[in-house]
Amino acid sequence: MLSPAILVEALNKRYRNDAPPAVSDLSFAMPRGATWGLLGGNGAGKTTTIAMLLGLLVPTSGRVEALGHDMARDRFAALARMNFSSPYLALPSRLTVGENLRVYGHLYGVPRAEKRIAELAEQLQLSDLLDRPAGQLSAGQKTRVALAKSLVNRPELLLLDEPTASLDPDTGDWVRTWLERYRAESGCSILLASHNMAEVERLCGHVLMLKEGRVVDQGSPAALLQRYGRDDLEEVFLDIARGRASAAAAARDSVSA
Amino acid sequence: MRGGALRRVWGLVYRHLALYRRSWPRLLELMYWPVLQMLVWGFVTSYVGGAVSGAAGGVAGAASVAAGVLLGGVLLWEVALRSQMGFSISFLEEVWSRNLGHIFVSPLRPRELVAGLAVMSVVRVLVGVLPAVGLAWVLYHFGLFSMGPVLVPFVAALLLMGWAVSLGVVSLILRYGAGAEALAWSILMGLTPIAAVFYPVSVLPAWLQPMSLALPAAHVFEGMRAALLEGRVAWDHMAAAFALDAFWLAAMAWVFMRQFQAARVRGALLNIGE
Repeated sequence: MLSPAILVEALNKRYRNDAPPAVSDLSFAMPRGATWGLLGGNGAGKTTTIAMLLGLLVPTSGRVEALGHDMARDRFAALARMNFSSPYLALPSRLTVGENLRVYGHLYGVPRAEKRIAELAEQLQLSDLLDRPAGQLSAGQKTRVALAKSLVNRPELLLLDEPTASLDPDTGDWVRTWLERYRAESGCSILLASHNMAEVERLCGHVLMLKEGRVVDQGSPAALLQRYGRDDLEEVFLDIARGRASAAAAARDSVSA
Repeated sequence: MRGGALRRVWGLVYRHLALYRRSWPRLLELMYWPVLQMLVWGFVTSYVGGAVSGAAGGVAGAASVAAGVLLGGVLLWEVALRSQMGFSISFLEEVWSRNLGHIFVSPLRPRELVAGLAVMSVVRVLVGVLPAVGLAWVLYHFGLFSMGPVLVPFVAALLLMGWAVSLGVVSLILRYGAGAEALAWSILMGLTPIAAVFYPVSVLPAWLQPMSLALPAAHVFEGMRAALLEGRVAWDHMAAAFALDAFWLAAMAWVFMRQFQAARVRGALLNIGE
């Protein structure tokens, strides 16, 4: 039986001894081929969690496995089979799109990298941009290039931090449609951190709701909507973020009684 | 190093070569300071050499040898400076472009990152110093290669010293962020007075001499003077230079790995440019 795409056991992160934990006692097992969402307000621990999953950040305690590799001991074997995209990281702006993708083709040891780059360029509508410096692209074009970079090694596990942040609705929808199709075709596992509730509802089969570094609830979007008696995830998010979860549940219980 | 590792190192080198291909100011900057230093010191030695030979009643040969020692010092010290800056600035390019996070979540190991930066430092030394060497020959009739094969280990020892200092600079950037970047330009320059570039270690006050002799560069320049003035290879100084390089490289590699790990604990790798 295949190990989970991500296995997290009793994960804790405290940046300073006198500070509250950024992540507290986090445990979950994301199966292969699934798309899961990490939801939570600013400072809820999403980026800290992703950084620990990538081995960029050492946990205070607990354990992370990605694709069966222990990230504390064997992270480079896992990193070769996964990838990451975030609007908060950039690609060298003076290099062309093609050069940037070539750099990452080499870093990830992609066989027949030129063919892979041509493939991605066609799929992500980047063919006309390959010779353009990355710094001269629009936000939407940069997002597509960042996606191409994150797919250059055909990752089995893809971590996306706010993949449609700062995109107009049309481009955001294009990216979401593309991700849905890519996941269906490739079978890769995706963990998505986002503030866009509609995006999470559409893409994710399971959602982890984080608050102050803890998982305060989880389930499929449909199960969460039913549990909180809400029409969309944004209302569920607000219930949790503003501590209204118990009030909402009580109201629901009194109605059902 | 295996094939996969070599390819990852090449990926990093390719990234920097692509950058230089598209940025002529960066390319110009590589040559600017070595050529400028060469011009200034060349004219100074021409003037002083002329004045000394005139005053001493025609010992032009001695003045010419002294000028050669000064110009050799300028050129070889540029090797160490460019080696250190080439390494440190290539790392800073990743910080400035907010690309470090991408690099560190790729399968590139820290030792491969160091190897890629070392290759870029050699490239930058070649592009930066060779025009100055050519200029010294054309304008002042000083041929650095006339020193003979001993030049090769001298250059190697200075390259290694540049890498050791760079590992310290990169460690400080990992520890203190981009605020420590000024050190990339100034730190080795600050060692010039005790590196025995233009004068022997014996000229320094006695209390400063042990510090000077702890630097590989001091032994390289003592060796250079022995080659140019006495026509001999100072094996003792050469051995001392390489032994000190090994010591400083090991010490700075340890500091680098400690700071890299500390940055992973603090979460500094994602936002080091901020």
